[in-house]
Amino acid sequence: MTSKNSKRFDDVRPGEALPELAIPITTTLIASTAIATRDYFPGHHDMEAAQQLGSPHVFMNILTTSGLAQRFVEGWAGPAARFKDLKIKLGAPNYPGDTMTFSGEVVRADAASREVDVALKGKNSMGSHVTGTATLVLP
Amino acid sequence: MAEQEWMSEVRAKVGREYGRVYAWDEVNAPMIRQWCEVMGVDNPLYLDAAYAATTEFGGIVAPPAMLQAWCLEGLHMNNYAPGSTDENPYEVLKTLEAHGFPSVVAVNSDLHFDRYVKLGEKLYYTTRLDAVGEEKTTGLGTGYFVTLIMTFLSQKAGGDERVGQLLFRVFKFRPANVPKPVEKGAAPAVPKFKRPKPGISDDTRFFWEGVEAGKLLIQRCTCCSTLRHPPAPVCIKCHSFDWDSVEASGKGSIYSFVVMHYPEVPPFEHPNPIGLIELDEGVRLVAGLVGVKRDEIEIGQRVQVEFQSFDDGELTLPMFRPVAA
Repeated sequence: MTSKNSKRFDDVRPGEALPELAIPITTTLIASTAIATRDYFPGHHDMEAAQQLGSPHVFMNILTTSGLAQRFVEGWAGPAARFKDLKIKLGAPNYPGDTMTFSGEVVRADAASREVDVALKGKNSMGSHVTGTATLVLP
Repeated sequence: MAEQEWMSEVRAKVGREYGRVYAWDEVNAPMIRQWCEVMGVDNPLYLDAAYAATTEFGGIVAPPAMLQAWCLEGLHMNNYAPGSTDENPYEVLKTLEAHGFPSVVAVNSDLHFDRYVKLGEKLYYTTRLDAVGEEKTTGLGTGYFVTLIMTFLSQKAGGDERVGQLLFRVFKFRPANVPKPVEKGAAPAVPKFKRPKPGISDDTRFFWEGVEAGKLLIQRCTCCSTLRHPPAPVCIKCHSFDWDSVEASGKGSIYSFVVMHYPEVPPFEHPNPIGLIELDEGVRLVAGLVGVKRDEIEIGQRVQVEFQSFDDGELTLPMFRPVAA
């Protein structure tokens, strides 16, 4: 693993768009991320249990949505960025066979604290799975 | 509206603090590595000891979004790590469930990080029932928004340290449509959303057939030559029923426009700019705008029609793109 380039505060301006990130949603992703976040709720790994709840298939858990949002933002910001806040609001569920595409934009940059806010959105074929804001401190 | 008496039991609990829930495992490299592996995270701060040693932390730290995962009970429900409280921080959800609000959906997760946590730290959290809203009806059904605030701490000899906080909001509700179990083994599929199709009548068929053929056809009165759009059976000027059509140049200008932001309805992109286009021939029509940024759309902007195909060729629509004046 090599260290990667990090964004510096001085390189970032409000209005800057983050590179989009498309994540194919699979049963394996939903089940393995649920377990890796210690969430064993059957609706996240057992299709029959999910169907009993009225869902067509297993659906992604919220801790994974937070994790993928972190990945999207730090994939752009680099390893020297430090998260202060990661606030998300959930919408349409993520089911296998879909693709969630993250987009985001810098909406605030505060020179005194070197903080930037990134507004993010993860869309799937049913609409918005997640919207939110990440606050980072950049070097 | 007066609330049910049992709600006073719920209201009385708002503000209550619930005791500690401990993590089963101290913050450790194998769980971090596996979390990163499945999430697709490759940040060396969590994975590469040599890199992490060069940072202000002096070693590997946990991904911040993992904070809540450390303290979950795991496979067996309510099987919390030794020393954890016997109280149930989610007891009001059970009360709501007992009174006819069985379903739950997570709405918000607001994580705040005071600092990153290092390998070997032992975490726990305490919970405060922050708020229970008024009864609300949403698209899902009727129920209550319940907000819990969990404060995460790290055990330290000199006094425990706060490392972060999570505001977690759920909607506990009675579904508007009782979810029916999906037929066992039914072929599961992500619902595919298509664009709504235009209603086509004898008056409008020529227009849509023209669009399919890549032509923008405008209705013309064969009596007085007046053009009209949208299509109608009678001339607006001379009231004649006789008409034919002419192919428009497809050039025009933006007479007015609107940008749809909310609600976000699939499969449309949002914000969704829609123009009222005044064609050079003199009639106006409503169509989507392409190749524009929403803050750059201007009244009077010159545009040119183009035909776009949607839903694997099931639908063709005229769209307008800005061109130089």
